[in-house]
Amino acid sequence: MNSVGQGYAAAPVPRRAAKPEVWLWIAQRASAALLAVCVLVHLFTIIYAVRHGLTGEAILGRTRGNTAGLTFYIVYVLAIAVHAPIGLRSLCQEWLGWRSASLNWFVAALALALFVFGLRAAWAVFVAPV
Amino acid sequence: MKNDYRARNHPAWWAFLLHRLSGLALSLFLPFHFLALGQALQGEARLDSLLRWTEQPLVKFAEVTLLLLLAAHLTGGLRLLALEFLPWRDWQKSLLAWAAGAALAVGLAFALAL
Amino acid sequence: MLQVSVWRGDASGGYRTYEVPRQDSQSVLDVVTYIQRNIDPTLSYRFACRVGMCGACAMTVNGVARWTCRTHVSKVVKGNAIQIAPLANLPVVKDLVTDMREFFDKWARALGRFFPRATRKDDFARVDSASPERVAANAGIECIGCAVCYASCDVVSWNPEYLGPAALNRAWTLVNDVRDVSRRERLAAIAGDAGCHACHTHLSCSERCPKGITPTAAIAGLKRATALAAWKGEL
Repeated sequence: MNSVGQGYAAAPVPRRAAKPEVWLWIAQRASAALLAVCVLVHLFTIIYAVRHGLTGEAILGRTRGNTAGLTFYIVYVLAIAVHAPIGLRSLCQEWLGWRSASLNWFVAALALALFVFGLRAAWAVFVAPV
Repeated sequence: MKNDYRARNHPAWWAFLLHRLSGLALSLFLPFHFLALGQALQGEARLDSLLRWTEQPLVKFAEVTLLLLLAAHLTGGLRLLALEFLPWRDWQKSLLAWAAGAALAVGLAFALAL
Repeated sequence: MLQVSVWRGDASGGYRTYEVPRQDSQSVLDVVTYIQRNIDPTLSYRFACRVGMCGACAMTVNGVARWTCRTHVSKVVKGNAIQIAPLANLPVVKDLVTDMREFFDKWARALGRFFPRATRKDDFARVDSASPERVAANAGIECIGCAVCYASCDVVSWNPEYLGPAALNRAWTLVNDVRDVSRRERLAAIAGDAGCHACHTHLSCSERCPKGITPTAAIAGLKRATALAAWKGEL
């Protein structure tokens, strides 16, 4: 159904350049929905932790060897590594006027850094032996 | 001609600003958060000394602020998801009020838990 | 007496103050007209219908984009002062007149025109007015292209390529027009950093639209439509 009406000027078919931003939007909203759940769980976890002891021993006593906790936080870190850089990308474009290709590299680097350091933190809290 | 604050002085715009600034603040905080938690790699004692450092009033205040920003970003984000995915209704302006209320409630819960 | 501060000159101009007699029933357009007819005939401004139908008299009044013919002085006056400037986000030609070309160029870039599937040889299209698509289209077709929304949008200010709320609203009405044949091309045209994905739901457009249209809702629809099309490999 791509043909335009006969006898009328054909609609110019734009290049497919718009596609990446559509996927960024989808990724941003999907990670947002996931983070809504993760953040709520995290908030309740922190409130629980505050009430039940915030010493290193108390926390690590609860978390070390906790595979469910590790899985949860890996998912959480992944979601953050997707969500935050895309949000910052818009901010950089609009408030810093940064629109060149280097912005996308910066954003990708940010995502990687968040992922690596987040994974390291999750490992430290849930796996690493005392 | 450029717009100034007079063109922006309506609730939905303030909601946007809060959402963007809270997101920025959280993004700046996260690397420190990951680095701090990563200290657990060096054992309980290391984590413990870091946690004792966070007991200073100024740090506690910063923590509560971050919690409020997180709650605001979350509820503001849920509002945006509703605006973008649900059929448009006029009551969506009051979504802002619900979002603000929820954010405050969570922030207070944390502050009280302290 | 009203103290009326009016922008004179082009982008590098400035405000000049005029004293205008205050009336009980007075629109901002009345004020501008008074200045041009009685004080300074060199003042340039646009208007046409004077009755809130054409949108030509749109200007920035005390920092907010409005139709001046439908703005009562009593509604906006601060003490006895009013500030009148040309619409924001558009090049200033002279005084209160802006160059609207980019506004309409973006309309065209968003494929904001109708591409019919049928020819004059075909029968009339049958469109159910209660169908979701037609309801969605009807919500936005009253737009008269006055550029108040465009002038109110900060994304337009921050992103020179951004198509803007009016063009995107028009695109949405056509995406929902079952008689139109260019849905795929149009979705491709309005997707991306210059299109609907740049909207951050400031809602300034919807707040200011004199016809009560909600471009933000249209743009949200475009976001969903482009996402679905991309997911199905149609974009």
